[in-house]
Amino acid sequence: MGKKRVAVVGTGQTFHKSHRPDVNGQELINEAVRRALEDSDLKIADIDAIVIGNMDHFEGINYVDCWSVDGSGGFMKPIIKLTTGGTTGSTLAMAGYHIVASGLFEKVLIVGWEKNSESDTTGAITTAFDPVWDRLVFAGAISGLAVEAQAYMAKYGATDRDAARVSVRDRKHACNNPHAQLRKEVTIEEVLMSPMLADPIHLLDVCPRTDGACAVIMASEDVAEKICAVPDWIWGTANRHVYSYLGDVNWGELDSMFHASQELFSKAGIKEPRKEIDVIELYQPYSFAGIIWIEDMGIAERGKGAEYIWSGATDMEGELPINPSGGVIACNPIGATALIRCAEAALQVMGKADARQVADVKVAVSTGFGGCMWTDMLLHGREKPDY
Amino acid sequence: MERIAIIGIGMTKIEANKKGDTFADMAWEAVNKALNDAGMTIDDVDNVITTSNDFWDGRTISCMAVGDASGVRNKNASCVEGDGAFGAFYGLSRILSGSYGTTLVTAHSKGSESVSSLITNAAFDPIYERALGLDMITACAMQANSYMHRTGTRPEHLAMVSVKNHGNAFHNPMAQLPMKITIDDVLQSEMVADPLHKLDCSPVSDGCCAVILASESRAQKYGGRPVWVKGVSFCSDSYFLGDRDLAIPRSLKAAGQKAYSMAGITEPSREIHVAEVYDAFSYQELMWIEGLGLCEEGRSKDLMEKDAFHLKGTLPVNPSGGLLSGHPVIAGGLIRIAEAVRQLRGEAGDYQVDGATRAMAHGINGLCGQSHCVWILDSAK
Repeated sequence: MGKKRVAVVGTGQTFHKSHRPDVNGQELINEAVRRALEDSDLKIADIDAIVIGNMDHFEGINYVDCWSVDGSGGFMKPIIKLTTGGTTGSTLAMAGYHIVASGLFEKVLIVGWEKNSESDTTGAITTAFDPVWDRLVFAGAISGLAVEAQAYMAKYGATDRDAARVSVRDRKHACNNPHAQLRKEVTIEEVLMSPMLADPIHLLDVCPRTDGACAVIMASEDVAEKICAVPDWIWGTANRHVYSYLGDVNWGELDSMFHASQELFSKAGIKEPRKEIDVIELYQPYSFAGIIWIEDMGIAERGKGAEYIWSGATDMEGELPINPSGGVIACNPIGATALIRCAEAALQVMGKADARQVADVKVAVSTGFGGCMWTDMLLHGREKPDY
Repeated sequence: MERIAIIGIGMTKIEANKKGDTFADMAWEAVNKALNDAGMTIDDVDNVITTSNDFWDGRTISCMAVGDASGVRNKNASCVEGDGAFGAFYGLSRILSGSYGTTLVTAHSKGSESVSSLITNAAFDPIYERALGLDMITACAMQANSYMHRTGTRPEHLAMVSVKNHGNAFHNPMAQLPMKITIDDVLQSEMVADPLHKLDCSPVSDGCCAVILASESRAQKYGGRPVWVKGVSFCSDSYFLGDRDLAIPRSLKAAGQKAYSMAGITEPSREIHVAEVYDAFSYQELMWIEGLGLCEEGRSKDLMEKDAFHLKGTLPVNPSGGLLSGHPVIAGGLIRIAEAVRQLRGEAGDYQVDGATRAMAHGINGLCGQSHCVWILDSAK
């Protein structure tokens, strides 16, 4: 055994909605798992191991790996849980990659899920921060993001109108995605007129709370092409969980994205990401991130993110479409959100993205964001990597 | 399996209440001890896996609290939720994947800041079971009864485990509860949940453990003493207690068999020289010994009577004192691995098992041992 190349061979998503009272957690998980198995024409007996994750305090269930067995199909299988906040889904995808690449397991089922309707999201997220230094200042997720947006605006002169353009893009894209929770086009004026949640973030700049699950099946190179005619090869993974304290953050730039993307692109020999990448599924929980983080990723120059967005380059027909799925702003079952990015990137590479398909995708990027301004990244490609 | 070694171990002393230490303080101590033990600096660590649990820590994204202290700043890092033995498995797979040469794995818990009963009650299904008021202790009491009924094991046998492990802890400076006690002391201690007396239960503990894994090419680079991983496997049984035969650890058997087959072991009771098993309760040691095939079904009680599992017995189990002598929950399995490493290096001092060259370590997730992780370690490559 040793290093194996790894590909996504199947994906499944639930019917994502703000509230799914028709299913309990195990049933929600099962809905995604069955669809992924169906998509890859595999049976649960074919699965060698399961990786699962969510955010514990959103459902208030401890040891979810154990509790979820009836839904995930983990009975008498190896099952492992990972949790890293917003990055959970990408953390799961990376774990799936490594345990398949290790040669220990051939076919691995990866499940991310959340029933946000059962939680007080802000109450739960607030406990992530240090009780002495950070918790009293940064309540929930939105306050840190507002600080980031303010710092960037002060530095580069961007406006909330620039951010609104990102929201307009993603919400338009979402109309092509049957899995997106919010499928309604908005105008820039509507975004700017929507209630101010945390200056400069308006309601329509930010992600919703969603009930949903996503399942992804990864397989080793020994079987991937037998299972799937056009598998989505994982070219590499990289991440940075840079900070423990929000007070330490270099606000206005996403350091974790900068360092993770540098590492990832150099691993794969990508020198001009803007030209070499065909589509990005960016974990973008609010619109300003769509401007700021593409600079850290090297897609736009520092301070030029807004200009790049206004050019239409990241729209469906642009040179580098971002979030053809509609992204996080349109759908956000947190523990699944970053895994949905991975699944959507895989669909693009496989050519199975239907109405949201970008033409001829050879290279795709999916990301996760969470914790204390952390970034996870996966690089996807149609060609089997030669390294 | 490609050769992977454990090249560094470090742990805090296990204590009832580390009032002066945050999660990060404990991680800092364990990580630096492990780095010193391995002869490395943090720059030699390629990637980091921390292991924690949001419920036990009372924090969402509990891994965030120990990231800085575990040196993740400029590295790839991830976080497993559950027992540290599972965290170590993920750390191992990231080396086998060819992505990294060394992995630092940590696991921590502060039982002193937790309410065990509420936290483990939250592991029960919120719709069907939680309102019954079950927690880890009451559920495990049912399992103990069920196991005792099947095998004819008596409360005295359970007490023998407690006497042995608390006695072993006297030789382990990291242990929380070294005690010279008798079988009667155990049987006369407070009844917590029939048949479990207070001294049948592990204590509330604080602590952190760190382990450094390395690929073969990196294992001998830093001057430490590598111990080699020969097999590792994990497996989960069904969730609802009523769906399982609580007296038979089906998933442990499966995990053990897989780990043994990876390690080329056909007669575990003869080929394993020392075992560190997850003795959260006294009965669990007896039950897991059988599940792991270290003795015949239903025979652990007889062997216990013959002192077979004592430090000088035919198969010493938990010479470190086990979890009965200190149980920082999430770190439990990783500490078992670290203790097995100590034995194989011959560095266990007064609790050294003579001539131990092959060891087994074991971790658990979930209620009544739903999910088990088994490690086989060897002093030889």
